[in-house]
Amino acid sequence: MAQFLFKLALLFYLLGTVGYIIYLVSQKKPLAHYAYGVLWAGFLAHSLAIGGLYYQTGFFPVHNLRESLSFFAWAIMAAYLAIQVRFNIRVLGSFLSPLAVVMMISSSFLPHPAGPANPLLRSFWLVLHVLTIFLGNGIFAIAFLAGIMYLIQERQIKSKQLGALYHRLPSLETLDGLNYQCLVLGFPLLTLGMVSGSLYAHYTLGSFWRWDPKEVWSLITWLLYAALLHGRLVAGWRGRRSALLSIVLFLVLIFSFLGINFLVKGYHTFSAFQKV
Amino acid sequence: MEIGLIGLNHKTAPVELREQLSSTCVQGAVGMGEESAPSVVKEALTLTTCNRVEILLTAEDLDRAFQEVIRTWEDPPRRTEAGLKPYIYVYRGDEAIQHLFRVAASLDSLVVGEPQILGQLKTAYREAVKNRSTGVIMNRLLHKAFTVAKRIRTETGIADNAVSISFAAVELAKKIFQDLAGKKVLLVGAGEMAELAAEHLVHHKVQEIVVANRTLERAMDLAHRWRGRAVSLQEVPQALSEADIVISSTGAPDLLIRQDQVKAIMKQRKQRPLFFIDIAVPRDIDPQVNHLDNVYLYDIDDLQEVVAHNIASRKNEALQAERIVQEEAVKFRNWMNGLEVVPTIVALRNKIEDIRQGELKKAGPVLQELTPEQQKAIEAMSQAIINKILHDPITFLKRPGDPFQVSKQADLTQKIFNLNTEAEAEENS
Repeated sequence: MAQFLFKLALLFYLLGTVGYIIYLVSQKKPLAHYAYGVLWAGFLAHSLAIGGLYYQTGFFPVHNLRESLSFFAWAIMAAYLAIQVRFNIRVLGSFLSPLAVVMMISSSFLPHPAGPANPLLRSFWLVLHVLTIFLGNGIFAIAFLAGIMYLIQERQIKSKQLGALYHRLPSLETLDGLNYQCLVLGFPLLTLGMVSGSLYAHYTLGSFWRWDPKEVWSLITWLLYAALLHGRLVAGWRGRRSALLSIVLFLVLIFSFLGINFLVKGYHTFSAFQKV
Repeated sequence: MEIGLIGLNHKTAPVELREQLSSTCVQGAVGMGEESAPSVVKEALTLTTCNRVEILLTAEDLDRAFQEVIRTWEDPPRRTEAGLKPYIYVYRGDEAIQHLFRVAASLDSLVVGEPQILGQLKTAYREAVKNRSTGVIMNRLLHKAFTVAKRIRTETGIADNAVSISFAAVELAKKIFQDLAGKKVLLVGAGEMAELAAEHLVHHKVQEIVVANRTLERAMDLAHRWRGRAVSLQEVPQALSEADIVISSTGAPDLLIRQDQVKAIMKQRKQRPLFFIDIAVPRDIDPQVNHLDNVYLYDIDDLQEVVAHNIASRKNEALQAERIVQEEAVKFRNWMNGLEVVPTIVALRNKIEDIRQGELKKAGPVLQELTPEQQKAIEAMSQAIINKILHDPITFLKRPGDPFQVSKQADLTQKIFNLNTEAEAEENS
């Protein structure tokens, strides 16, 4: 059942992406409207799939790369749908839905590791840790996209080459505002995720902090985002600088989320989640 | 009934002639107005703008209707019919419909896609309705023209991009700042084009306009007009730290605003974006400021390039719009044909039915003597005869065909059966 729902979600995301890309080219507003609805349908199926799996196994399904990527896609979608309600930047869908689809497709190609999960992973703190971290990451993904859109638009205005995207992208002020809102929303979630994770470690492993490579990189990411937010709030880092930093920091975030798992071994890696 | 259009515009006639005619047109509306001499013009609408004088009319005899219009335009010896002829164009039937649609959609305008013409046409129509010079066809035609214009506006990008310097500047400002409400504008120097751009910005509800000028008097004049503030040129650096949009147009020979100056100001304003529009020649603002973060600079050449690009893309969209015009003109023509065919069919049926009733009445005394069954049979038989006779002419009339043909068919049928549809149509309407 869960597998069927995952496939359904992927199908809806694909349809929504196609709709949004045609919208980007043709500028027919109803298309964006339909695509938005289709993404909602996909999100619903996806939520049911994840909820179903959680109910079935009793474990929050983020034990392997396959499940984590899929959950990341879910978090990005959740962040997007929430932000879209408030900001209504139609063209954002054209940039975001391909990202979610790529994640879903790569997730579906990854192996399905067998074996029961470590019983230590059954905890309220873990669910809170995972939910907040991923939602924070989802929101930072949107800050990343807003940064890309900002740089494209700024480039066109500065170079005075007003191409096709110039008319399709929103104003610099809107994109910068979106970037700001994402940082302001994402940072507390990331913080909450780190705190709940360390509490979870305290209850299960007996210490708040173990200098695990993933922990260290997450701390670095958190510090960098804190610096960016501080720069924005106090030193007037806005526009181009904030857009660029949001892009770079998201790449750092992706590295501490995925890259670190491949490079070093630690208790945070997926293989360690399996029962030994 | 035919639709015709006679007029002249910026492409065919010099401005002097357009000026003269637009004043005469306003004075005496053609056609319906004068009761002394019955006019051949049935319906009329006069559209006068600074670029065109056009009269749209319906008449049975278009040639005579056009003659009538030209007579009102004549003013010998200054203006004679022969003198006017080279400047005037006339359109008949479908061409007139298409021309009207093109005018309404701003395809025939000096600046293709400019929005004023539709408003002017609406005013002209209101005027015509007030004078009771429009009827069934004209009402329908004008409403159709308005919807065609709207359709073209939404389905093509004909009015999307600014094609004047000042509009292009406003459009750019809206791509930098989403909402211009609450933004502050600084005018350095008070040239005509700067004034125009400022007008547009005021229209977009900017919060405040500050005017700096060499002569403070002129600055105060303008500032007063927009309820703004006037400052001297020495106060410009101070004003820069507060402004969001700066329009510069002084006659100064050297740069007024330098890069290092702006750099310092950006720090002061915590990097809030600053948009410079430099329409002065020679330039007032150091081109290097465009390289600073959150500072945008467009000079007159940049803006002109944007405008040239937009005009080119409008021309592209206009091709698509022409297709819509053709399509809608055909639809309207079909409706008009239906208008001619339906009364003809009604009249034809009525006439034959009258004959049947008349004959039945004549034979009344004889029929009385028949049994009810026999009476019924005769009634049914006569009905069947006229239905069979009418079947072929009606199919002939309803047959879709080219517009001109259909109207000829209706005309022919009316002549053969000696029908008087005019009176009927008027009674019905």
